[in-house]
Amino acid sequence: MRITQGTFSFLPDLTDDEIRLQIDYALAHEWPLSIEFTDDPHPRNTYWEMWGLPMFDLQDPAALLDEVRACREEHPEHYVRVIAYDASLGRQTVALSFLVNRPSEEPGFRLERQEGKDRQIAYTTHAYATDRPSGQRYGRADSGRGARSNGHGR
Amino acid sequence: MADRWSAGVIPYAEMGYWQPDYEPKDTDILCAFRVTPQEGVPPEEAGAAVAGESSTATWTVVWTDRLTTYEHYQAKCYRVDAVPGVDGQWIAYIAYDLDLFEEGSIANLTSSIIGNVFGFKPLKALRLEDMRIPTQYVKTFQGPPHGIVQEREYLNKFGRPLLGATTKPKLGLSSRNYGRVVYEALRGGLDFTKDDENINSQPFMRWRDRYLACMEAVNKAQAETGEVKGHYLNITAGDMEEMYERAEFARDLGSVIVMLDLTVGYTAIQSMSKWARRNGVILHLHRAGHATYTRQKNHGVSFRVISKWMRLAGVDHIHAGTVVGKLEGDPASVHGFYDVLRKNSYAADPSKGLFFDQEWASMPATLPVASGGIHAGQMHQLLHHLGEDTILQFGGGTIGHPMGIAQGAEANRVAVEAMIKARNEGRDYLAEGPDILRDAGKRNKPLEMALSTWGDITFDYASTDTVDATPTPS
Amino acid sequence: MAADGRTSFGTSGRSAAVSDETAAEAEERRRDEEALAPDDTVDLGEVRREAGVDDVLDALDRELVGLAPVKDRLRELAALLVVDRVRERFGITADRPTLHMCFTGNPGTGKTTVAQRIGELLTGLGFLRRGHVVTATRDDLVGEYVGHTAPKTKEIVGKARGGVLFVDEAYYLHRPGNERDYGGEAIEILLQAMEDHRDDLVVVLAGYADRMATFFEANPGMQSRVAHHVDFPDFTADELVTIAEGMVADQGLRFSSEAYIALHEYLERRREQPWFAGARSVRNALDRARMRQARRLGEGGDTEVGLADLTTLEAPDLRASRVFAGGHRAD
Repeated sequence: MRITQGTFSFLPDLTDDEIRLQIDYALAHEWPLSIEFTDDPHPRNTYWEMWGLPMFDLQDPAALLDEVRACREEHPEHYVRVIAYDASLGRQTVALSFLVNRPSEEPGFRLERQEGKDRQIAYTTHAYATDRPSGQRYGRADSGRGARSNGHGR
Repeated sequence: MADRWSAGVIPYAEMGYWQPDYEPKDTDILCAFRVTPQEGVPPEEAGAAVAGESSTATWTVVWTDRLTTYEHYQAKCYRVDAVPGVDGQWIAYIAYDLDLFEEGSIANLTSSIIGNVFGFKPLKALRLEDMRIPTQYVKTFQGPPHGIVQEREYLNKFGRPLLGATTKPKLGLSSRNYGRVVYEALRGGLDFTKDDENINSQPFMRWRDRYLACMEAVNKAQAETGEVKGHYLNITAGDMEEMYERAEFARDLGSVIVMLDLTVGYTAIQSMSKWARRNGVILHLHRAGHATYTRQKNHGVSFRVISKWMRLAGVDHIHAGTVVGKLEGDPASVHGFYDVLRKNSYAADPSKGLFFDQEWASMPATLPVASGGIHAGQMHQLLHHLGEDTILQFGGGTIGHPMGIAQGAEANRVAVEAMIKARNEGRDYLAEGPDILRDAGKRNKPLEMALSTWGDITFDYASTDTVDATPTPS
Repeated sequence: MAADGRTSFGTSGRSAAVSDETAAEAEERRRDEEALAPDDTVDLGEVRREAGVDDVLDALDRELVGLAPVKDRLRELAALLVVDRVRERFGITADRPTLHMCFTGNPGTGKTTVAQRIGELLTGLGFLRRGHVVTATRDDLVGEYVGHTAPKTKEIVGKARGGVLFVDEAYYLHRPGNERDYGGEAIEILLQAMEDHRDDLVVVLAGYADRMATFFEANPGMQSRVAHHVDFPDFTADELVTIAEGMVADQGLRFSSEAYIALHEYLERRREQPWFAGARSVRNALDRARMRQARRLGEGGDTEVGLADLTTLEAPDLRASRVFAGGHRAD
């Protein structure tokens, strides 16, 4: 399966040039950008690991794109997303969020049903990947530098 | 002014309801009425009569007025403008003191302002065009239980319009078949599906069975896509007890959203808004019935006023027009409705039919829903007119897809993502829209099929509810 | 902040955007430039006009008095880069020239202004995407703890990408004899950035000539990566007078003929004194002269004034300065 979180998941994966244009759009709106990664794709997993802190005051996408590449290189079997924040009054939230990397295989989710009284069912969405410990969930075990490395060791 | 208290009938204007020198206070509620007086009634008198009848006056002089500081409670018509290009119509501006209204009650606000006056004999017709709600009154309401920002964070969906579809046919599907439509549409790529306004609890499908079927479909689609999905479960019912029971059941099943019809009434809406805030459930409002009083230009209440009331009453979603679809909606007016629902403050703008400045004091915004006769081929126009913070609901445009419901949903999702991507890349997406869609269709069969099925369909009729101002050519 | 945070929330690294053209637009424009066949000819004047080369150089002439050698260097550089660009279009691909620079000279000699103009020049010619200038000093680059420096320097480099990183008084990065100093780390990272990002970053190191020479002796790696050394001469007294005239004219004022002589004498003396900061010192001196003029008009015997009185600086307004009293400090 292919998880479809993020703004552009129904389109072919964005090339680096296409990513650059999206970053340009964010910079034109003065939105700071950040990079996050995870190997737990649950739809309610809000807090992915931060790849460094958000980058403020950039004039050009080059520095952010370098970090995207570095994050991918270190976590080739993780989901990686770019997030742009709109800090203006009345928004103060994410303005744009799109995937820039996916694991080579996405096993997806199991829907667990717990039958209750009166035909009611309690549902749980369970990611197959999370059956294994963080860092060994996708593709080649131990690819990348450990599940939570945020690149600071470089 | 001894005459003022002589027994009998005296003109409203002379009773103090016409005060051309009055300067509205920041705390006043201001209204703009479109007045069509009977022959021979001067416009000032008509405006004063509206002010009087919507505040303190009755048809004759009563001595008990003298037991009050009646000037304070009198509404004041302070300005009357002829409507350009139309004979016999005027816009009357009326100021109401804040003391006239109970805090946090749309029922009270509307009973005052549209209570009796619309049937008043000296007027042929009357329409409430717009209201300025002062911040002091705004702050007596909590507004939408979640608002656009919180809803997006809750759903984890950013940077594009949300997509929905109303289950069709409206009536007759069993719960099992109904859930099938929900499942297919959500797994195909929509964010939401929706009960129609008149799907409540009928013999062919009782509400409880529908809720169970829909939640099975929602959860299954969620597991297949890794995205949060929702179905607006309609909780509209004959009494509040029943509505609460349905809402609680929806909550217990884990639904992120429920819906109501405008027909339940303002007080029921405010009650369900409180419930929705308390229970973390998004509240969707279908504007069932509104066109009976919003559509005709000379009589009724403009939808921009209904939008304002509903943002105060506290709904997270409201249907507010599509511009390009099958239902009434002049582009300029619809832009005005969207501003009312989404902006934190805006200045009066006659070109959009906005008569007053409005300051919402950071009240959360209501997400406008565009529904009715829209399809993927219009994506560039929809994005241009309605922007990013909206829900585009493609009912027929999803379920009627020749390849199937899921493929119909996919076509819509590919279209919206391709259009957002092109816009962000700096392309002139409105002009290049058809090319952008065609290119996206080359890589996506369902979109290609949708474009060839509906690409040419437009609903090009003259609107009845238009704004009076026409832009001056520059 | 975690000691090893990749970026920080700091707002250091002031930046000034100078180009409205986005990177995407610039790239598109460059792609549109047709490749040339061997027997084609090109009008270099046309290329210069399209790239706005002469606009930038003319603006510099208008803005900065004197500085003839600097302007000459810039004209040379512009000519070279124009020719490089055209060669490229004929398919002769030379390596991208190294564009990192060193500006030496005393304070107030126009180094920052020239850096901004160079940013525009290089953007017009397609060597930079944006051409904005990010100014940084030691405080913006060097941290106080282990692991603090790398993210700070990288953040500034990130902000400068696509433009010019102007490192003022670069020699303060290097503190010989202090083992616990992290300046060396900043230099390392800057060197790496000058190499890795030579396609979209121009680093300008600026400061006093003598200290810069010492800095380069201690950091030969820096020396070898800086291709253009530009020396900013001090302004002559005549140039300073021209600068001063321009400044008062901008404020709607003028010098009386006695004041003009006084100004000349003042500037001749002042430029020999310590702490002289070129055009900045001129501005400060004029501010003080305006203050004295105001007191003279308002507190003198005759307080009735006309337009001419209000707009004319007189000799005493300048001669009251301590510079004339043989003081070592200005005023």
